[in-house]
Amino acid sequence: MAEPREVELTLGGGGFTMPYDPAEEDRREGRLVLDLMREAREPFPDSGGMLPGEDETPQNVIMSTLDEVLAWSRRSSMWPAMFGLACCAIEMITTTSSRYDISRFGMEIFRPSPRQADLMIVAGWVTWKMAPVLRRIYDQMAEPKWVVAMGASAMSGGPFVETYSVVPGVNLIVPVDVYIPGCPPRPEALLAGLMKLQDKVAREKHRHGAR
Amino acid sequence: MTAVMTGPALAEAIQGAFPTAVAEVYGDAVVLDAAALVDVCQFLKDAPDLAFDYMASLTAVDYLDYFEVVYHLLSLGHNRSAVLKLRCYGRKAPHAPSVTSVWKAADFQEREVFDLFGIGFDGHPDLRRIMLFEGFPGHPLRKDFLEFDHRKIAAMASEAE
Amino acid sequence: MVTSNPYMVNMGPQHPSTHGVLRLRLVLDGEQVLRVEPVLGYLHSSKEKLQEEHTYLQTVPITDRMDYLAAMTNNLGVSLAIEKLAGIQSPPRAECLRVIMSELQRLASHCFAQGVFLQDLGAWGSPLMYFLREREQILDMFEMVCGARLTYNYIRPGGVSQDIPPQFTPAVNSFLDTFPAKLDEYEELLWKNEILRARTVGVGVVSRELAVSAAFSGPMLRASGVQWDLRKQDPYCGYQNYEFDIPVGQTGDCFDRFMVRFYEMRESLKIVRQALDVLPPGEWKAAVPIVIRPPAGEAFQMIESPRGMLGYYLVSDGGANPWRFHVRAPSFINLGALNEMLVGTTMADVVAIVGSIDIVMGEVDR
Repeated sequence: MAEPREVELTLGGGGFTMPYDPAEEDRREGRLVLDLMREAREPFPDSGGMLPGEDETPQNVIMSTLDEVLAWSRRSSMWPAMFGLACCAIEMITTTSSRYDISRFGMEIFRPSPRQADLMIVAGWVTWKMAPVLRRIYDQMAEPKWVVAMGASAMSGGPFVETYSVVPGVNLIVPVDVYIPGCPPRPEALLAGLMKLQDKVAREKHRHGAR
Repeated sequence: MTAVMTGPALAEAIQGAFPTAVAEVYGDAVVLDAAALVDVCQFLKDAPDLAFDYMASLTAVDYLDYFEVVYHLLSLGHNRSAVLKLRCYGRKAPHAPSVTSVWKAADFQEREVFDLFGIGFDGHPDLRRIMLFEGFPGHPLRKDFLEFDHRKIAAMASEAE
Repeated sequence: MVTSNPYMVNMGPQHPSTHGVLRLRLVLDGEQVLRVEPVLGYLHSSKEKLQEEHTYLQTVPITDRMDYLAAMTNNLGVSLAIEKLAGIQSPPRAECLRVIMSELQRLASHCFAQGVFLQDLGAWGSPLMYFLREREQILDMFEMVCGARLTYNYIRPGGVSQDIPPQFTPAVNSFLDTFPAKLDEYEELLWKNEILRARTVGVGVVSRELAVSAAFSGPMLRASGVQWDLRKQDPYCGYQNYEFDIPVGQTGDCFDRFMVRFYEMRESLKIVRQALDVLPPGEWKAAVPIVIRPPAGEAFQMIESPRGMLGYYLVSDGGANPWRFHVRAPSFINLGALNEMLVGTTMADVVAIVGSIDIVMGEVDR
């Protein structure tokens, strides 16, 4: 924290000392991005149970009443974090509108703060410059948390897969629970994906600690 | 309709005030000499019969032998358009004079050209990358930048350090 | 002399009011903004480089993803630029359909922009829900025509991709009958609202000189009193045949920009009605090869998109792929004078001013 300096209260940006150096901030951010680019070699493995034929709860998982109650409460009022990036964000906002009404699923509370959210819907393509921000927001969310990759660009890079600035699939940065294809997916498709996520949460056993 | 000020007409108007400024005229565009660029732009903006007070677009093209910075101008009062070009030779450190003192619109667009093509603009108040992160190796819109694998790009950045 | 300590507050890139991934580094003295530095590029998807590997027809769907709130006008701009480059002329029915789609798109885009602007000002949810209800009607019409709600790829070089189905015209007519009453209702509720006026009147004043020097366009430019709209000054697609006015503001503050968008919606309704009346029969697409090889040369075409003047600069080397594909994005250039607009205002005004510029980050970062 710098010492208080005498500053003339003039409007128009005259007479004050800059509290930061823009070029240094840019360089610091660039180092974070390059570190993440070097780290992101393999995608996070997908937690299974969603491929065709795997819809049945495996026989060796016994759900207790506590598990069922917790799973019901978690899936019935998931609060998404606001993470709309591109065109898919528009369809996500449209899903909150009265015609598609995400409120029926208890998910109309989009929280700007990740501390108050448990679902991150990555809507749109993620660039490498945005990737450290994505990771930081994900890390700030408390457990249990889920990630939905909405749209072809978040899933795999989509039309921008072979470009120098787009992450080819957000599962290189964060583990993903549900992938919703589409460019952009219709609001109904987003709701179908969220219902699949609810099915997945219904089968999860009550976990202690981080994943 | 917006009248297009053709190359020869624009060259004539410029040469009236700056006899040595025009390097070439082809099609609808006038290619200027780098040394005279800022003065010519100020003249085009201030002269009452030209009044090109609006710079619609500033961009660059990589023609392998040279870079060409393209300025699309508009005169809102006379409803006329014009095209100026500037050639920058050399691939290591091409540079051009900045026109931010003439039109405020040049600020961000010159930063974008610097970021993606590597053309430095002399006299720009804050020439930094705008689209890409600081530390990105190279200038991707150049024709010789063909890499898109993030691991190779990160390796290129490590080599450059 | 008051002893004070300016500090930097980071706003974004993940923020509810920044209309996408815009990052602002604000230097504040208490609540007052001393300096703002916009940091862009969080959505930079290198579309311009990508287009150099596509054929001309393949460049059209990528333009949908730039200004994703007004994809029809994006497609229109690139189609006109390619037609200019290759010397293609689209038939009259296609021109008329293009005008109808562009104006419907302007309505949909302004509905969303107004709704989100009001949400930023604190009317959390309600105006947006109403505007989205209207927008859904327009998206239904677009879906009837081309099957998509957001990324249409409908207007292509040579015309449009397919003819309108028979249920389109009755749908548009019923929309034109009901929408003006809704607009009246929203205007009645909003334009005298005390909170809206207190937060937008006199806030973010952009002078005429700054607007022209910084190359603002669209409602940003017209709200500052500059009568410039490409549909009137440099008409394309037969806009000279329709009767409509251009709303121009007086002071250039946020309220003027807000009202300019409202009045533009009314004018768009007029244009759609006239265009539907004169829709000529005939071909909706010229005979254009799948792989267009325009002669070597360049073309710069600007159109009036809901956000401003959208321009496409194409350079061809005679081959199947463009040598250079540059987009003159109005949102990017409208952000260019953000420092001049925000210095001296308070933190709360920053949100109102950035909202009134109506930016779409896909276009800013391309």
